[in-house]
Amino acid sequence: MKKSVFLGALTVAGIAAGGASAGTLDDVVARGTLNCGVTTGLVGFAAPDANGVWDGFDVGICRAVAAAVLGDSQAVEFIPTTGKTRFTALASGEIDMLARNTTWTFSRDVDLKFEFVGVNYYDGQGFMVPAELGVTSAKDLDGATVCIQTGTTTELNLADFFRANGISYEPVPIETNAEAQQQYLAGACDVYTTDASGLAATRATFEDPGAHVVLPEIISKEPLGPLVRHGDNEWGDVVRWTLNALISAEELGVTSANIGEMSMEAGNNPEINRLLGTEGNLGEMLGLSADWAKNAIAAGGNYGELFEGNIGENTPVGLSRGLNAQWTDGGLLYTPPFR
Amino acid sequence: MNEVSFVRTEMLEQEAPPASTVGVIGWLRANLFSNALNSVLTIIALFSVFSLLYGFLPWAYSPTWAAASLSECRDILHSLGREGHFSGACWGVVRDRWVQLLFGFYPSEHYWRPVLAFFLTFAALAPVLFAEKTPAKMIWVSVLYPFVMPWLLWGGTVWTPVVALLGFVVGIYVYRTVTAAMGSLFGLIAAVVAAAIWWLFIASSVSSGLAGILELAMEPVSSRQFGGLMLSLTIGIVAIGFSLPLGIVLALGRQSDLLIVKALCVGFIEFIRGVPLITLLFVASTLLNIFMPPGTNFDIIMRVIIMATLFSSAYMAEVIRGGLAALPKGQYEGGDSLGLNYWQAQRLIIMPQALKISIPGIVSNFIGLFKDTTLVSVIGLLDPLGLSTAIRANAEWNGVVWELYGFIALLFFVFCFSMARYSMYLERKLQTGHK
Repeated sequence: MKKSVFLGALTVAGIAAGGASAGTLDDVVARGTLNCGVTTGLVGFAAPDANGVWDGFDVGICRAVAAAVLGDSQAVEFIPTTGKTRFTALASGEIDMLARNTTWTFSRDVDLKFEFVGVNYYDGQGFMVPAELGVTSAKDLDGATVCIQTGTTTELNLADFFRANGISYEPVPIETNAEAQQQYLAGACDVYTTDASGLAATRATFEDPGAHVVLPEIISKEPLGPLVRHGDNEWGDVVRWTLNALISAEELGVTSANIGEMSMEAGNNPEINRLLGTEGNLGEMLGLSADWAKNAIAAGGNYGELFEGNIGENTPVGLSRGLNAQWTDGGLLYTPPFR
Repeated sequence: MNEVSFVRTEMLEQEAPPASTVGVIGWLRANLFSNALNSVLTIIALFSVFSLLYGFLPWAYSPTWAAASLSECRDILHSLGREGHFSGACWGVVRDRWVQLLFGFYPSEHYWRPVLAFFLTFAALAPVLFAEKTPAKMIWVSVLYPFVMPWLLWGGTVWTPVVALLGFVVGIYVYRTVTAAMGSLFGLIAAVVAAAIWWLFIASSVSSGLAGILELAMEPVSSRQFGGLMLSLTIGIVAIGFSLPLGIVLALGRQSDLLIVKALCVGFIEFIRGVPLITLLFVASTLLNIFMPPGTNFDIIMRVIIMATLFSSAYMAEVIRGGLAALPKGQYEGGDSLGLNYWQAQRLIIMPQALKISIPGIVSNFIGLFKDTTLVSVIGLLDPLGLSTAIRANAEWNGVVWELYGFIALLFFVFCFSMARYSMYLERKLQTGHK
């Protein structure tokens, strides 16, 4: 009986250890580390290496925020979350921000009481088929068997798309991406559908990627972005403008290579000066040091560098910029000015 | 006239038994081809085994140990002229990640701590498992182990476990004092209250005070750094260790004549058995977070261990109740007639027999619990299965499936099989011939 009492005592002690919490920014500074929610593993976006060091596109956002707030891009505690636990982890305060390829939707923003601070990757649902089928458009897929992850928005998008086009399909429900790869390669389904970035990553692992094509149709909008809790606007601003700083830096030509030189003293471009803190007091307005954006960009490079390093065309994932190019290059990335 | 003998006068040499009943052929005939049906079944079974191995061995025999990525594996196999999706295993992933699969993100310079804790587990279990072969003093290792293990794994100041241990000393002291003055029931209540007050209100300040005088700390390791097999073992061993005593108490409570005790035990057991473990884990990981005040940081592994323990103890209680029910009523009455009180009768007569009957059920419960620890991957803890997803998320190893699962299966098999063998040994040892 004493043992159960001991456990009970630990429980109560654990509860008693909790205290009232101030703003998230103060908490993070006081704690000295940022608790950042990431996926339990998604190629290119977040994955631990053999030494347990996390790397990836979403991870880069966490590191940038940590660098902006704490001045140290390594001061991040990565908390792996699953699709089921991510929102409660954020709502309960277990994590300070979530950077886990999460689609910005109305209900998540409004009903679940979260604040999406921006979009770091514009994704959309696509289809992959074996090239030997000779299919060139998703509209030719009448009667196809489709491997689809259950319980995701992709399942609903798929039903909508086939209904709108008046064609039929037979779903093959699967649980994880790894299972989908095996099923698809074993010929259990003709088509695999998931986010286009996931398709590209999956295709890259095949023995012969050329034998499979990703169809041109993108049937849904999946803007993926980092999010924070509703109601802590100061913290939301920090994360939002850190993301904006990375995007602006690319637009303004500030890279991790030239940032040391550019931030030494004020240059000719006033916006760069304001961004890097050599002019004005933007950092102070956020409650951060003047070189917050410089630290964020130096952590892993600007948006373009993060993209190229983790999911760009020279990586195994091999995504082209597409919608994720700067607005000046015909993409959708457009940040409000740093003023 | 010649003497004709109708009876043989000398013994004949023994003839060898017919070739068809001895040796390999005899064995085959007796065991594999004893009649038509068995012969057909044998041939079908042999064919299945052969075709399995025919597919598996060439795949498993694959010189890809040194490869650093899946594409390197494929290049190696390609240069050997082996093509196709199942042309060969990519063992490089096991070489690259086996340490991670064992230890998760535990800091590598501290690997000796979980390893030491693991071997201490055996030292602590030995007096329990092999009572007659170990010196009696070893029991002190078992008593201290529950305090040493968390300290080794999580680190921090040595005073935390010491002060937690002192709680029991306080409890025993109060029990003795109050019992002498007022009787054992009050003694028990006072001891529990005193120990609870010690742990809740005094322990933390005493431990930090002592740490201030003499630190004696190991570097703390946070629960988030736990992972891999080490996480499964931590959850499994702690939950197994606590669920057996808790299960015994619940089983006795369920048979108790005291109405409230009985109702509580039945309610608890039936509630826990009516809920899937995965639901309890979700409660542990998400709901508790919402109920507790914001900013509370109640260790996730502790939450999971508590849930797994409660879950397992309910099943354990039913297994032990089965053992209790199998005892003839005469055993209870015999205890009474010897003048033993309730606890003495339980300890000396009932439990040794009931537990012996329940051994297979208890051990299969343990095995089930140990395997259930992989469910924690659904709440984002990186046990070996969770890590396999994380490993596949690296560009180098994306697409590797069977090699990882095979390695994990092997790890689990070693532990589960050992537990099963031990249970058989124990059954033989305790065999008293009441068959």
